[in-house]
Amino acid sequence: MTSWPILSTVTFLPAVGALLLLTIRGDDAASRRNIYWIALWTTIVTFLVSLLIWKDFDNSNAGFQFVEQAGWLGDKIGYSMGVDGISMLFVILTTFLMPACIIASKFSVQKRFREYMIAFLLLETLMIGVFCATDLVLFYVFFEAGLIPMFLIIGIWGGPRRVYAAFKFFLYTLLGSVLMLLAIMAMYWQAGTTDIPTLLNHSFPASMQTWLWIAFFASFAVKMPMWPVHTWLPDAHVEAPTAGSVILAGVLLKMGGYGFLRFSLPMFPLASADFAPFIYTLSIVAIIYTSLVALMQEDMKKLIAYSSVAHMGYVTMGIFTMNPQGVEGAIFQMLSHGIVSGALFLCVGVVYDRMHTREISAYGGLVNRMPFYGVVFLLFTMANVGLPGTSAFVGEFLTLLGAFRANTWVSFFAATGVILSAAYALWLYRRVMLGPLVKPELKSMFDLSRREATILVPLLVLTIFFGVYPKPVFNVTSASVDNLITNYQAALSAAGKLAVAVK
Amino acid sequence: MELATLPVLSPFLPELILAVGSLVLLMIGVFQGERSTGLVTTLSIFVVLLAGLALLFMTPDGVTFSGAFVLDPFARFMKVLALAGSGFAILMSTDFARRENFDRFEYPVLIVIATLGMMIMISASDLISLYLGLELQSLALYVVAAINRDSVRSTEAGLKYFVLGALSSGMLLYGASLVYGFTGHTQFGEIARVLSSGDVSVGVVFGIVFVIAGIAFKVSAVPFHMWTPDVYEGAPTPVTAFFAAAPKAAAMAMLVRAMAGAFGPAVSEWQQVISFVAIASMLLGAFAAIGQRNIKRLMAYSSIGHMGYALVGLAAGSQAGVQGVILYMAIYVVMTLGVFAVILFMRRQGQMVEEIGDLAGLSRTHPLIAFIFAMLMFSLAGIPPLAGFFAKFYVFLAAIEAQLYMLSVIGVLSSVVGAYYYLRIVKLMYFDEPAGNFEPMAMSLRVVLGLSGAFVLLFIFFAGPIGSAASVAAKTFF
Repeated sequence: MTSWPILSTVTFLPAVGALLLLTIRGDDAASRRNIYWIALWTTIVTFLVSLLIWKDFDNSNAGFQFVEQAGWLGDKIGYSMGVDGISMLFVILTTFLMPACIIASKFSVQKRFREYMIAFLLLETLMIGVFCATDLVLFYVFFEAGLIPMFLIIGIWGGPRRVYAAFKFFLYTLLGSVLMLLAIMAMYWQAGTTDIPTLLNHSFPASMQTWLWIAFFASFAVKMPMWPVHTWLPDAHVEAPTAGSVILAGVLLKMGGYGFLRFSLPMFPLASADFAPFIYTLSIVAIIYTSLVALMQEDMKKLIAYSSVAHMGYVTMGIFTMNPQGVEGAIFQMLSHGIVSGALFLCVGVVYDRMHTREISAYGGLVNRMPFYGVVFLLFTMANVGLPGTSAFVGEFLTLLGAFRANTWVSFFAATGVILSAAYALWLYRRVMLGPLVKPELKSMFDLSRREATILVPLLVLTIFFGVYPKPVFNVTSASVDNLITNYQAALSAAGKLAVAVK
Repeated sequence: MELATLPVLSPFLPELILAVGSLVLLMIGVFQGERSTGLVTTLSIFVVLLAGLALLFMTPDGVTFSGAFVLDPFARFMKVLALAGSGFAILMSTDFARRENFDRFEYPVLIVIATLGMMIMISASDLISLYLGLELQSLALYVVAAINRDSVRSTEAGLKYFVLGALSSGMLLYGASLVYGFTGHTQFGEIARVLSSGDVSVGVVFGIVFVIAGIAFKVSAVPFHMWTPDVYEGAPTPVTAFFAAAPKAAAMAMLVRAMAGAFGPAVSEWQQVISFVAIASMLLGAFAAIGQRNIKRLMAYSSIGHMGYALVGLAAGSQAGVQGVILYMAIYVVMTLGVFAVILFMRRQGQMVEEIGDLAGLSRTHPLIAFIFAMLMFSLAGIPPLAGFFAKFYVFLAAIEAQLYMLSVIGVLSSVVGAYYYLRIVKLMYFDEPAGNFEPMAMSLRVVLGLSGAFVLLFIFFAGPIGSAASVAAKTFF
């Protein structure tokens, strides 16, 4: 175990990098290069330091590790950090995706390069903070503060309808979150603290749980996003710059699932059990409906955005099956989707940088000019479909297995989503990559540059590695997930016994 | 009777400084004429500063004037706020006065007098001293609103403010007389004792409602807000900057002391009234601001909304609630001063511009100002980690404790609506193309904006100590 505050270090390193960037003035090529390298090294160092967390992580410990405590707002609300098996890998995912985002932005971001990098580094700090915070108010601060840089990233560096998308993103997410804030306050008065480990062992009255659950649901469902509050996502994705989409799909969406696992399930077990059928319904609608919508998209990013909503449907379904397979599958699916969807957005970014359009109909037959890109894109498409051997298969299979144990019909309907995802993903690939290369403007396309390959290949390696050998992830998650489910069952049976006693 | 003895003056020292100071300044102005404006302005800042230092370091807590005037931690906190608001408002007016040939030495003197009124309002623990302080402040403010007597809009603003203000003072007085009639006392402590000893009669409730109506006018809470947009827009901008900050804090302090101090035992009677006023203010502030194009009008509606949020804390009627109000007002005053520093800076070709569209592309032409202004906007919208979030956090925390769930839900939802128009300003500055350059920012405005920006950004690190200071101040009533 390390004695220095490793979580705070990882969290605030990017912010330090952002401060460094403030010292660089000028907009010429040299300062641009400096900005780029500072940002890149900051994210790489952050990633390497965050690997130390994994290295020193005790897999058998179900509680919080690397715990840090400091006073903040009075004696009941403190600055406390810690990670457990559920949150640790999200920290790694975030730090892992950031260097890719920085590299991907090297040429595609033309204006206000310095501000762009500052916004990204601050966003990284806030995202890591969300996963590390073990105090509800601190969590909320990180959770909400992330809106500011993301709003600016979409609004300043986004596409033509960026203003609309930025507002929609901001207001939608804010609307969900403010209700959660009230719930946090209610929990504060009920339990007398906002310390998450304490709250995990606190049992809230059943009637209160329902309302708290709904308030948290409002926030996480929007963030996730679940049908029918998913409509901000396609807009935000389409308008955001490539790296913004990667972060949005890769990390920000995971906060919703993480929130369900961290708060809704363990803190409000009775309400979670009551609402599980409701979540199943929404998940199935999300999986089938958004897959169908994805089929009809003309814009590549929008298609992937809708497919993200569908994949998040598996996650919510898996989480609320409340069995080890479902929950671990959901975590795995989130991590895998973070890598795969991030990579897909990067793939779209590759052709967008060359052609400046995301219209599917503008492409066709690219594989003739870009064979290497064709292979990479194909593998990620397959991963998106959930082909065995890719990480997405493990996640989808486990969530379906968990759902099968909980409710056969749920898994039946959810499984149709696998077929639909194959339909839209393969059709996308066919329309963009295959066929004859007839459009004259495509004839000058060149294959992946070294820079682009540097980003995509590690993602590809991980996708296949975890598809074949997912054990390192389950090693980390299993203890915490088992603990979560045991506590959950205990809470349910305690309530059940009480109900019997009353009778 | 001890009428012959002089009351203890030590808790009254800052007020004495302001009173004597304003008279001296007036003399200087009268004898030296218009050319003394610069000197009087500078001296008036010193007088305010001196009063602040005296308040912090030389004045003991205490009660004087037979219980009509009280200095307690709450009063001290709010007085520091009022003095800071006034001092910075005078500071911000210097550049404007120089450029617009707005040479009136009466202006800083009137602000000092108004500040004296505010100090008395904050400390008033008797219906009579409350009214005296309020009128001293209001009469100075009526004149200040119309100070630009050659401008039709300014005089209209002053007149409107005066007529409506006189009406509200009348209501307050009527309420006070009802309270006196039914309780037999004007002193807050005595009133509270009578109210807690038996049933609260209908007459007292009537009185309380009228008192609330009168003070609600001063804090510009719905439904007594009508004057705010017109006065904000019509008055010269430094005057608006002054109106928006310190007087609001003083009136809110007065309301808190009257409600929690005098009418505390009748909390169940006024809680609904305050809740209604809070809800109506938050909703109106959020929705009416959306359509505004003039930034001063927009800030008027924004301030109406913010008063609604502060009242949420009062509606809770608890120590946590008063703590929330105190923090809210402190953060609100700082944010408002920062925002008005930017509004005063909006000057193109020698002309003040007031359309929010004029801010377009500010992030290109003045990146630092745009950044601080954007942070102020996010803070006003209540987004963490900025100060405005903690302001809302503490008031809603109190409301949830008091189980005012409906109020809280409406409140946070209207804050989302309100976020829209703050974001629109950020959008103009960051997403749009520049509409042209502004003239360089005056030093005095830079100071105010810099301090305000630093406060908003760094508040998160000092939220603990500031929160506990406010908690100590709030303990006065409970």
